[in-house]
Amino acid sequence: MNKKTPSPVRRFLSHLSKPVLAMAQGPWGGKPDDDSGEKPQGPSSGGPRNPWTQPPRGGGPRPGGGPERPSLFDDLLRRGREGFGGGGGPGPGGGFPGAQARGLWPIGLAIVAILWVVLTSFHRIGPQERGVVLQLGKYSRTLQPGIGLTLPAPLERVEMVDVEEIRTIDVGSVGQGAENLVLTGDQNIIDLAYSVRWNIRDADLYKFQLADPDATIREVAETAMRSVVATVSLTDALGAGRTVIEQQVEERMQQILDSYRGGVRVQGVAIKQADPPEAVNDAFKEVSASQQAAQTYINEARAYAQQLNARAQGEAAAFDKVYEQYRLAPEVTRRRMYYETMEAVLADTDKTVVEAGNVVPYLPLPEVKSKERAATPAAGANEGGR
Amino acid sequence: MRGLIRNPVALALVALALVILLGATVSIVPETRQAVIVRFGEPVRLINRYHPNEKFGNTGAGIALRVPFAEQIVWIDKRIQSVEMERQQVLSTDQLRLQVDAFARYRITDPLRMYISAGTEERVKDALRPILGSALRNELGKRPFAALLSPERGQVMSNIEAGLNRVARQYGVEVIDVRIKRTDLPDGTPLQSAFQRMRTARQQEALTIRAQGEKQAQIIRAEADAAAAQVYAASFGKDADFYDFYRAMQAYRRTFNPQASGQTTVILSPDNEFLREFRGR
Repeated sequence: MNKKTPSPVRRFLSHLSKPVLAMAQGPWGGKPDDDSGEKPQGPSSGGPRNPWTQPPRGGGPRPGGGPERPSLFDDLLRRGREGFGGGGGPGPGGGFPGAQARGLWPIGLAIVAILWVVLTSFHRIGPQERGVVLQLGKYSRTLQPGIGLTLPAPLERVEMVDVEEIRTIDVGSVGQGAENLVLTGDQNIIDLAYSVRWNIRDADLYKFQLADPDATIREVAETAMRSVVATVSLTDALGAGRTVIEQQVEERMQQILDSYRGGVRVQGVAIKQADPPEAVNDAFKEVSASQQAAQTYINEARAYAQQLNARAQGEAAAFDKVYEQYRLAPEVTRRRMYYETMEAVLADTDKTVVEAGNVVPYLPLPEVKSKERAATPAAGANEGGR
Repeated sequence: MRGLIRNPVALALVALALVILLGATVSIVPETRQAVIVRFGEPVRLINRYHPNEKFGNTGAGIALRVPFAEQIVWIDKRIQSVEMERQQVLSTDQLRLQVDAFARYRITDPLRMYISAGTEERVKDALRPILGSALRNELGKRPFAALLSPERGQVMSNIEAGLNRVARQYGVEVIDVRIKRTDLPDGTPLQSAFQRMRTARQQEALTIRAQGEKQAQIIRAEADAAAAQVYAASFGKDADFYDFYRAMQAYRRTFNPQASGQTTVILSPDNEFLREFRGR
């Protein structure tokens, strides 16, 4: 840039444009056209620098040290420092607070400091969080959700704790996985899988009271479950008593954790699976199979009873009806029934009428075709049937 | 001085020295830790020592100052720690074995004593572990097996705690509680015999249920028979003679049924009642 005696505005602009021009050079330094002589001696003149050439030996002290190429930042600094130093005198209008001092440092520091204070004093706390404020290590207060104000960073630090999130611990596994065998009160064994839900109640207690709170809660859960199951019988654990067990475990866990002042609330315990162990599962299936069998027997007996009852009632009703008719005209009905029956019976049978008297009855038995039993032997023929 | 300020390297060095000095003098004591200040190997004072029923915020946490380079600071955790015991096999008075997994929760309440006797927290843990194991075995070995399953009932756990505390106090440690995490039957014979016992109990139960079912079924059948007989008797008993005749007719129909197997041959005499009209009168 030409060194004229510019107006304040132009000077202002020229100060501002130096960094812009510097950036126009590209990150490897060098200038498209250089006629001010401000460039340091190091980099080769003319054209953008080839990044693969050997870096030139340094001209002038570099803050970073080492074989660094004069980077954009170095250029900026040097330019700024020399520009301001060279300018001296009364600066242009507008605030340059450090104009009488050495340069960019105080302004930058001030800006950084203000940013630092602002960023670390205001805290945004979500609805499910609480902010634990530590004043140089000492606990001072807990911030509620919203915007919280504290002293800036080294003096007060805020740690966020998520208190609404419900965490789950799973003990044991459902299905074919590893068995979690627990002894019951009557010295039987069951395979338990359950889960515990908990959340943080007091953020400060949770952070400061227990070392490794998550592992502690898991151990407390196992202890509580074991001690409760050891007071119930096998049938209760397998069936009806599960809700009672869950409730008791929850109470006991809360009791233990409160005795530690752990600041944790147990939301609930859920038993996912309570089964007999693999090895005796067949025997248990046998029991339910036998229950089914017993029920089947009873059902069959009932069916038989129904059948019998129906048949009896049917026959009784039939007899009653006939009897009614018979009573009206006994002899006639009797005769009628007799003739009807005999007619039906003797119609399809082989009949032989043998007259008693002087004829010797000869009965050709082999010719009488009777398959299994003889219908009536010769003796029966003489007596006659009724 | 101006030259010093002008020279950034010197400035940086001075700043660095100040920072190191600050770090060696001032420490921030968090709520979770207590500290022993040791001067040339000898403990001189305690910071943020544990007091029961202290609320967080009113403890000794905060800034701690010490003489730089002469005094060292030894950190000791102030929180509740836990020590776990390895699986122990415990023998009850009735000669039954049980595998027990227990843990104890403790807190370092006397950091000075802990530093003098054990030195580090790790050593305290290592010292407590075997003592916990033996206290457990001793106490549980005096009980019958049934009591082992529910040691919380009664004095067992508090006895173990008391025994453990006696030793722990020498290390500056207070044992808060001892709890049994798991009790298992040892693998092998005890476990298998327990399974066998469960199996036979189930089989017995299965047989009983079946027998009960059969008994019920039989009762139902018998009742049904009785009821049917009663119905018959009520109905047929009105006229026994007529019933005899009626039933005989039914029987003849069924017996001499032409569709039934076997052929029927009837030999009649003219004296037969059926053929009475046949003879003529």
